[in-house]
Amino acid sequence: MNYRSVWRKSVNAVMFSLTGICALAAVSVLFFILGYLVWHGGRAINWDFFTKLPKPVGETGGGMANAIVGSAKLLLLASLVGVPVGFMGGVYLAEFGGKTFSFLVRYTTDLLNGVPSIVMGIFAYTMIVLPLKHFSTLAGGLALGVMMIPIAVRSTEEFLRAVPQSLREGALALGASKWKAIATVVIPAAFRGILTGIVLDLARVAGETAPLLFTSFNNRFWSPGWNQPTASLPVMIFTYAIAPYDDWHRQAWAAGLVLLGLVLLANITARVVLGRKLSSAAG
Amino acid sequence: MGVTMEQILLTPEAGEGRSEKSPTKPAVAVAAKLRVIDLSFYYGKAQALHGVSLDIAANRITALIGPSGCGKSTFLRSLNRMYETVRHARVEGQILLDNENTLDMDVSQLRRRVGMVFQKSNPFPKSIFDNVAYGLRVNGWKSEGTLQDAVERSLIRAALWDEVKDKLHKSAYALSGGQQQRLCIARALAVDPEVLLLDEPCSALDPIATAKIEELLFDLEQECTIVIVTHNMQQAARVADFTGFFLLGKLIEFNDTAIIFKTPAKKETEDYITGRFG
Repeated sequence: MNYRSVWRKSVNAVMFSLTGICALAAVSVLFFILGYLVWHGGRAINWDFFTKLPKPVGETGGGMANAIVGSAKLLLLASLVGVPVGFMGGVYLAEFGGKTFSFLVRYTTDLLNGVPSIVMGIFAYTMIVLPLKHFSTLAGGLALGVMMIPIAVRSTEEFLRAVPQSLREGALALGASKWKAIATVVIPAAFRGILTGIVLDLARVAGETAPLLFTSFNNRFWSPGWNQPTASLPVMIFTYAIAPYDDWHRQAWAAGLVLLGLVLLANITARVVLGRKLSSAAG
Repeated sequence: MGVTMEQILLTPEAGEGRSEKSPTKPAVAVAAKLRVIDLSFYYGKAQALHGVSLDIAANRITALIGPSGCGKSTFLRSLNRMYETVRHARVEGQILLDNENTLDMDVSQLRRRVGMVFQKSNPFPKSIFDNVAYGLRVNGWKSEGTLQDAVERSLIRAALWDEVKDKLHKSAYALSGGQQQRLCIARALAVDPEVLLLDEPCSALDPIATAKIEELLFDLEQECTIVIVTHNMQQAARVADFTGFFLLGKLIEFNDTAIIFKTPAKKETEDYITGRFG
């Protein structure tokens, strides 16, 4: 073996190990977080966590039932804002858009996607909290809903674009109007994909904390209706984690585990269940 | 290249034992279903068709042949105005369907009367039944009973009924390629079109499936006017009463199929048919 081939082989080995270690690091971060969360959260979690309200400061025990319901209500509102706008906007881009306006919409949604989440919070704060003069579920839901729009638009557009042109032509050739062809053939063909995109989008905003801090704020009690401050899992985690009480720290871990569990569940449902049916429908 | 016209005509590629269609029907006595008058077609600034004039005979099969890019598909797509999905596409000239200018008609109405089957079968991701019923439903048919009858009738006409009658509510994607193409024909027939346009309907099919579809065309000819674009000259010779040869956006020659293939008037036609270019 000459010098060159020894050199090449060692460069090869070094690069192989280097890239491999980095790939491993990327994977292990997730597993480290997961393990840590399960370790701490698993010990703190119990039935009370899901059914009881938080106990007054100083008493141990209690749960976060109000935060779980609060998060669900916030996500429901977010879907009501984000899904129709995102879905219809995506349909427009994929099926109707002219060149200039589509470019503008695409570029703007990409920018909107890059807007820091705390700025979304300021937006909802100015639009709803200031005029109504108090924090509310409504304001938090709006902030999360606006955050959902860009990804809902783009994923809907992508899945619609993946529907072969021949299906559109087939429907038009039978005398269907353009909208009829889109509504009865194109959207049904892309439906599972679009739904997958929206579930993933929802899972993403479920963990957002910053836009909720000064919109839905927090609440240690039930929050009936839509017009009052409400507890939510991310804000509860934030509040409990920075408090000086050990019991609160344990509950923060439990809330983290529940939140991550829900997000993972949504992710896996979307990818496995919806994704599988997607491939069988296409084949 | 050394291939004579006789050899081409006698090569049985599909439809074993069937020779070319005998020119028993008189060419002149047939009424025109579609009259195309001085049709020019533009994609933006590029001109794809140059002043094409052509009469398409009622209840006959007309084949359009020519090398790729010659404008035959564009011509076909102008007959039901499918080109309108393409931005910046426009036509000049007239296309008369039973003496009514198609360019002034409501486009949905036109496409109901002039059906189309595409090169690649394009069943919708729906059940076999819903595929065939689609055209009827978008045209406002509601009653399930009459829908069932119409679907059955269309599948029988497309020679697919016996193969699918037990699985009408299964996905159309479960069918073979040839069956899918016949399903698309059944779907087009369900709205009872007066004219059926076929854009290379057999190019993705094996010879057996091709033979079935050709057989089907002979049956359909009784009830509707058929225009077929094909790359396969044997197919044109086998099925068509009339054949038009396109080259570089112009209709070079149009006549009885037998005349086109045996004694073409133009040098270009003869060169193409004998395989000297294209």
